Amino acid sequence: MSGAVAPMPGRLALFWRSFAENRGAVVGLAIMVVLIIISVLADVLALHSPIEQFRAHFLIPPIWQEGGVWAFPLGTDDVGRDMLSRLIYGARLSLIIGFSVASLALLTGTTLGLTAAFAGGVVDVFIMRLMDILLVFPSLLLAIVIVAILGPGLFNAMLAVVVVTLPGYTRLARASALSELARDYVTATRSAGASTLRLMFDVVLPNCAAPLIVQVSLGFAVAILDAAALGFLGLGAQPPTPEWGTMLSGALQFYQRAWWVLALPGLAILFTVLAFNLVGDGLRDALDPKLKR
Amino acid sequence: MLRFLLRRIALIIPTFIGVTFLAFLLIHLVPGDPIEARVGEHGISEERLAELRHEFGYDQPLWKQFIDYEVQVLKGDFGVSVVTREPVWKEFATLFPATIELSIAAILFAAIIGLPMGVIAAVKRGSAFDYGLMGMSVTGASMPIFWWGLMMILIFSVTLGITPVSGRISDAFFVEPWSGFMVIDCRWSEDEGACASAWSHLVLPMVVLGTIPLAIIARMTRSSMLEVLNEDYVRTARAKGLSTPRVIIVHALRNALIPVVTVIGLSVSGLLGGAILTETIFSWPGVGHWLVESIARRDYPVLQTGTLLIAVLVIGVNLGVDLLYGLLNPRIRR
Repeated sequence: MSGAVAPMPGRLALFWRSFAENRGAVVGLAIMVVLIIISVLADVLALHSPIEQFRAHFLIPPIWQEGGVWAFPLGTDDVGRDMLSRLIYGARLSLIIGFSVASLALLTGTTLGLTAAFAGGVVDVFIMRLMDILLVFPSLLLAIVIVAILGPGLFNAMLAVVVVTLPGYTRLARASALSELARDYVTATRSAGASTLRLMFDVVLPNCAAPLIVQVSLGFAVAILDAAALGFLGLGAQPPTPEWGTMLSGALQFYQRAWWVLALPGLAILFTVLAFNLVGDGLRDALDPKLKR
Repeated sequence: MLRFLLRRIALIIPTFIGVTFLAFLLIHLVPGDPIEARVGEHGISEERLAELRHEFGYDQPLWKQFIDYEVQVLKGDFGVSVVTREPVWKEFATLFPATIELSIAAILFAAIIGLPMGVIAAVKRGSAFDYGLMGMSVTGASMPIFWWGLMMILIFSVTLGITPVSGRISDAFFVEPWSGFMVIDCRWSEDEGACASAWSHLVLPMVVLGTIPLAIIARMTRSSMLEVLNEDYVRTARAKGLSTPRVIIVHALRNALIPVVTVIGLSVSGLLGGAILTETIFSWPGVGHWLVESIARRDYPVLQTGTLLIAVLVIGVNLGVDLLYGLLNPRIRR
């Protein structure tokens, strides 16, 4: 992103000023930065391997509770794996999930939306009807059905989340492209002889970027949340993968004796999703002056 | 109005065909032979397999099979569960009231709390209450509700022992199903305390499923109220010397409600998705729980029909919201 904006530092500063007005967005951005640092440095930060089982240390409580030991600051789970290390690697996994899902959905959705807007006619009707049909299903249910067909697993779960989030990107890209298509600069470029592809991706797309950027940030949140929900239902990442939702589904039977096994992965999901939602809201305020308070 | 109605209904037909086509594909995309999926994992002879294949029409070309399926669906024939051998429609109809009861309770909970909170936040804009509420709202909207449900059980059921962990009513009570809504039917029960039991089972799932709608309603009400409060007619009402509560409730809120009601109507799809998780956590005997179980049991006819019926329900509700909106706002009838 910085590459596109860098030649105009004045604009970037302006953008930052209006983004920073929203205190929630700044908090969200801070959480995001911390998460990224944790994910990058996971190998250094984690005390243990996320899947190593310490047979002598089942369900050790966190350090501040009686019985906690320094070797496992946030305790261990039912098979003696270090909670902190699993949460750290889980952060890396969640960011990878969010990034892959959001970028694939953005890419596919934008292409479909721009195609619908430019082609019009039957192509437009076909694409948009298809999106309407996808939207009729509750998104989690559709994701469950897709995973049921493809078989459980992290990759299939991610693919399912891409499919269920696709209509949002497609509709947004089409709507913003249509409103740009009516502008004079598009007509001018077209009459200057620009090819349709060039018109689509080089001329119109940059002007539709603002709502799509907001959608990506919110899409990150949805992707992480849905993938965790699928993991929780046993349809996403499979044990012993340290995915937060999957960790929760394994923790169900221990909730009476070991609250930390249950509470911590959920808190991690909540804070991550919250961070992306806050940043998304801040971006919307900063990029769309019409919605400004 | 009639033309608007007919146009809206005509638009539904391709969506409906598309939805049934997806449901139809579901059975055909599942790896393995659909007949084998139907008869279970017992070994069967090649001859019998061919016979069954003919009987169920699987030897026909795909398009023919789809048309047959469409006709079946329109007749209301949805096949039988592989596991229980019961007609899928019958199972759905038995479990559905539980899902509806939970969903309606969740929406009512969200609206009763969310509307006043949003109004107060808008009126006291910029106050600590406003910031607090908006913070809570974005947190609520980010909530992984499967975890939220577990935490509620941990706190209220396990630690405090106030509420039961699962189900709709304690086994000690017998309630004659009449409306299908446990909290209503319990009134006619012979047993003392049936209603208390039904409510104590409902309250946690209701709060969990209502959390995200609550966050959305509070936020939506606030921004809608903020817009309306700046309108001329509100200023006029104030200038006439009407009391503040009257201006806010009668003049502003009534108009601010239109977008809020639309959002509530359109959130039905998300609510049913949330119901899947909520029902699974609380073992609530509804459609969502049934669908999740059907995956583990490889009961594909159940998954197919359940998904189809829920999609049809969403189409119906969306149409209802559309028509209601057209009725309230003649400008969009075109």
